[in-house]
Amino acid sequence: MPFNTLLTIFIVVIAFAFFAGQRRALKLKSDGSSLHSLPFYHGTWLIIVGVLPAIIILLVWSLLDSSVIRSVVLSELPASLMSVSAAEKNLLFSEIANLADGQTASPNADVLAPIADRYLLLQSMSGKLKLGLALIVSVIGFGLGWLRLKPDFRARNRFESTVKIILMSCASLAILTTVGIVFSVLFEAMRFFDSVSILEFIFGTHWSPQIAIREDQVGSSGAFGAVPLFVGTMLISAVAMIVAVPIGLMSAIYLSEYAGPKFRAYAKPLLEILAGVPTVVYGFFAAITVAPMLRDFGESIGMSVSSESALAAGLVMGVMIIPFVSSLSDDVINAVPQSLRDGSFGLGATHSETIRRVIIPAALPGIVGAILLAVSRAIGETMIVVMAAGLSANLTINPLETVTTVTVQIVTLLVGDQEFDSPKTLAAFALGLMLFVTTLCLNIVALYVVRKYREQYD
Amino acid sequence: MTTMTVDSNTSPQSSQEATQPVADISSNGLDSSRDYRQTVGKIEVANTKMSMRDVNVSYGDKQAVFGVDLDIAKNEVIAMIGPSGCGKSTFLRCMNRMNDTIEGCVVSGSLKLDDQDIYDPKLDVVPLRARVGMVFQKPNPFPKSIYDNVAYGPQIHGLANSKVELDEIVENSLRKAGLWNEAKDRLDQPGTGLSGGQQQRLCIARTIAVSPEVILMDEPCSALDPIATARIEELIDELSANFTIAIVTHSMQQAARVSHRTAYFHLGYLVEIGDTDDIFTNPKHRLTEDYITGRFG
Amino acid sequence: MSRSTIDIVNRNLAKRYAKEKRFRLFGLVSILAGLAALCFLMVTIVSTGWGAFTQSYIQLTLDLDPEVLSISDPQDDDQWSYANYTGVIKKSLRERFPDVTSRRDKKRLYRIVSPGAGYQVNQLMQDRSLLGQTVTVWLPADDDVDSVIKGHIDRSLPENERRVSDKKLSLIDELVNSGQLKRKFNNIFFTAGDSSEPEQAGIKGAMLGSFFTLIVALLLSFPIGVAAAIYLEEFAPKNAWTDFIEVNINNLAAVPSIVFGLLGLAVFLNWFGLPRSVPLVGGIVLTLMTLPTIIISSRVALKSVPPSIREAALGLGASKMQTIFDHVLPLALPGMLTGGIIGMAQALGETAPLLMIGMVAFIVDIPGSFTDPATVLPVQIFLWSDSPERAFVERTSGAIMVLLMFLILMNSIAVLLRKRFERRW
Repeated sequence: MPFNTLLTIFIVVIAFAFFAGQRRALKLKSDGSSLHSLPFYHGTWLIIVGVLPAIIILLVWSLLDSSVIRSVVLSELPASLMSVSAAEKNLLFSEIANLADGQTASPNADVLAPIADRYLLLQSMSGKLKLGLALIVSVIGFGLGWLRLKPDFRARNRFESTVKIILMSCASLAILTTVGIVFSVLFEAMRFFDSVSILEFIFGTHWSPQIAIREDQVGSSGAFGAVPLFVGTMLISAVAMIVAVPIGLMSAIYLSEYAGPKFRAYAKPLLEILAGVPTVVYGFFAAITVAPMLRDFGESIGMSVSSESALAAGLVMGVMIIPFVSSLSDDVINAVPQSLRDGSFGLGATHSETIRRVIIPAALPGIVGAILLAVSRAIGETMIVVMAAGLSANLTINPLETVTTVTVQIVTLLVGDQEFDSPKTLAAFALGLMLFVTTLCLNIVALYVVRKYREQYD
Repeated sequence: MTTMTVDSNTSPQSSQEATQPVADISSNGLDSSRDYRQTVGKIEVANTKMSMRDVNVSYGDKQAVFGVDLDIAKNEVIAMIGPSGCGKSTFLRCMNRMNDTIEGCVVSGSLKLDDQDIYDPKLDVVPLRARVGMVFQKPNPFPKSIYDNVAYGPQIHGLANSKVELDEIVENSLRKAGLWNEAKDRLDQPGTGLSGGQQQRLCIARTIAVSPEVILMDEPCSALDPIATARIEELIDELSANFTIAIVTHSMQQAARVSHRTAYFHLGYLVEIGDTDDIFTNPKHRLTEDYITGRFG
Repeated sequence: MSRSTIDIVNRNLAKRYAKEKRFRLFGLVSILAGLAALCFLMVTIVSTGWGAFTQSYIQLTLDLDPEVLSISDPQDDDQWSYANYTGVIKKSLRERFPDVTSRRDKKRLYRIVSPGAGYQVNQLMQDRSLLGQTVTVWLPADDDVDSVIKGHIDRSLPENERRVSDKKLSLIDELVNSGQLKRKFNNIFFTAGDSSEPEQAGIKGAMLGSFFTLIVALLLSFPIGVAAAIYLEEFAPKNAWTDFIEVNINNLAAVPSIVFGLLGLAVFLNWFGLPRSVPLVGGIVLTLMTLPTIIISSRVALKSVPPSIREAALGLGASKMQTIFDHVLPLALPGMLTGGIIGMAQALGETAPLLMIGMVAFIVDIPGSFTDPATVLPVQIFLWSDSPERAFVERTSGAIMVLLMFLILMNSIAVLLRKRFERRW
């Protein structure tokens, strides 16, 4: 059913339910009884019991039916096709879907034709069942709801507790998202670890995920030792931190301790523009401007700098992170109580002595938290490295060479037409799992440290 | 800034008539016949350490201190008392220019330390504050070890040439602050882990480690319990042998116990100044009397 | 106190002040370094991207001869769609330069006009009455010609090191001298979809893709974010579940965006079977990504409404729900909108998660709905940045300028909104 028709039907049904409830309440009122709740709430009550369950059924069913139908269809494959690998099953299924769509150009058309028919039948059955069930639930709900409408019916309370449940579900979506992330990367990563040992993945030093297309091709297994990626990620992040931490921290110190209000009013928002520039722009800048510049500079002083050097990506990433470090440090520094400053000034300390020897030590936990968050940001940053860092997995800590990172590999493995089940694509999820776990730990530690720090001075 | 020699009993400048405080004293049933804008008592002392004349302080549009004249003698303890908002803390903070850190604070008049003008634009506040130390209302030890807290001042000023000398300064300061016995076994533990009274004594130790000439104390006991307060009061008494101490306090009993002279402030004016014994037994101004007998404040 | 103490203090002063000065300078230099990086970035982008807004056009007199077009039956729609529009252009070029005779030179001559210019003739001939007539039109020049006109090609280089041959240069010069080759405003850039020919490539497809994606993200993330904020700020009991929600939100705000892409790929595409490359899925993924931002800023907005308002409404006998929806929410709404706009600006600039769900395909058609395959502006930038042609570099920077303009616009609206409705309680 087209979306617009469905939407229209919904609006009509909702309006009908609402006005039915409201009219009923007004009728009760004109009969002389005093209502517990306003007629408005009687209307909403009918929407809640009459329409809401149907919407939920339709949504859940629509989300699930394609995967259910798929597994049913695949389980009914003729015995000759049952034993094929998961990847081939995928192919078969898309063939079936194409056949059902009316495209006949398929090598297995004869075998699959009845299955395609079955597929079509299942689809239409599912659609009818879905609508039918929704309709029945809707009518029953509406009828039961109608019977409840009495003058002393607490419609408002029902409405409010329903709204509260909706609000809570919205808040709980955060948990659902996390669970979704964990399961999606975890499951695929587990499947990856079925074919590649987890030890090889974590400790192996050779990364070349190219899987041969033909059996007899050389190097058909691919190598999935992720150490070069971890080292590459660390290297670029380290360069970024070397740029971002001193500049960001000193900027924050200057802005909050030295700068006059006028200078601050201009410099702070300008600096924050750096945080608003999309990462793809930084990536372009790094690849087109900074990397060639570094290479040419290296040439001019007789050093060989790769045109996709870790240095270029790291430098630009550092620039991106400056405002992040500086605004977090700014908050942290401002949280240091004035009394400590007074104590130091009262002893005759200069401003910089006070900053270096009192304020920074006092703010240290907060600053460490901020830096951890910045590191997590650098590790997870994707576009800059995809565009400016290389693909070759060199195991090196020389920032003038090309390295690759976890995020670069995730993108290269998953962008483009890939079979979903090959170890190559699954490897991306294993890398994603590593990335998620690492940043999760960094974030939790950082958030904890910062919170403890704030509590200390509250 | 005006530097002028003023007779102690001349009234503050008539120009301040325009900015007189809003509170109507007469409505409180107080004696308004004797103008509180005129200081009662003898301002000058022999052996002057600090000398203030016609000090006015304002924050933006709001004036907090009006034409105060006051001398402080060497090695005396002078207490400044008065109801909240009377300008006593503001006045104290002028004496080592701590008010510089507050935006919009303007100080005029003459403040001298050993004949040196404190508010001379050419004067450097860093050595000034080394000479005039300060202890604050709330104990504010740095989040460092006890040792580092005390060593901080000597280190920044370069007072110790070796670790041994530094150790000596730290020990002496802690001893003078009466904290040595409690702290000697935990010098490397954070100063913030001490109790409130110990923290305040640590702050005093930190201040005297720089060997200042004058110590300003801004209600140093207001955040402490009575036992800790008694300990600090004892300490102030001991310190007066070596230092000049100006203490701002809420508590008249404290002023009576620790100080040699007492200055009573009211609405930004110095109302009365005199020997502590005289002030508490025989106040000359009606406002002082009302305050120390607890009729208001 | 000994006089010597103050002497020591004074002796060390100069050194300490020198340190103070250095420290202060270091701070200032840091800020200036940051600002210099910003300037450098902007100047680079603008200086390379400026040219993308103009394009060289060649004026040609086209003889729309049915024979050349191979349209024998004007009633046949198929003939119209497969007509030889390029042939008309080639014929016109031959007539303009009758001296060019050799096969190779003719081929070169044809390359002066964009290989896709047939499309422009096709568009022109939507008016079928033009058949058989002669018209004078401006057609986009090839990107090499454009580069010559914009001065990106160094004529002093020897011919074999240069992208454009001497012969072609002379053709170009002749056209310029006769006023038939001019730089004009680059319409195509704003009205076309992607193309493999830089002079035919535009950002309209990507802009519409971004538009549809953002609409989905806004429609989902704003109501859900506000609802979640209301729950957490006003209703949530202090218990483990609430704490867990809070931890999750704070953590999700710091999860790398690419991880959301993996989620979208595994859950929405593979599990729920939603189509690839469509704004609908892109919008959902960006919703999950921006939700924490919106929730956090909405909570701040709710917190800033003073309790006295709540007490006043509750005191009149309003239920908690009525109090919040009738009194608190309207007051907090401007703050929430500000947060929403900032979240959308963040979503507009996001690239990585969209790569994961296939919005990175080469799509020529301009999307017309939420379920048409589309790409978005940042992904278009990413795609173009891979092309080595100078003309694509220029268009990449041009697209970046457009993207940055939208971001500046959105952030300015957010700032204005905050200023306009800022209330001091």
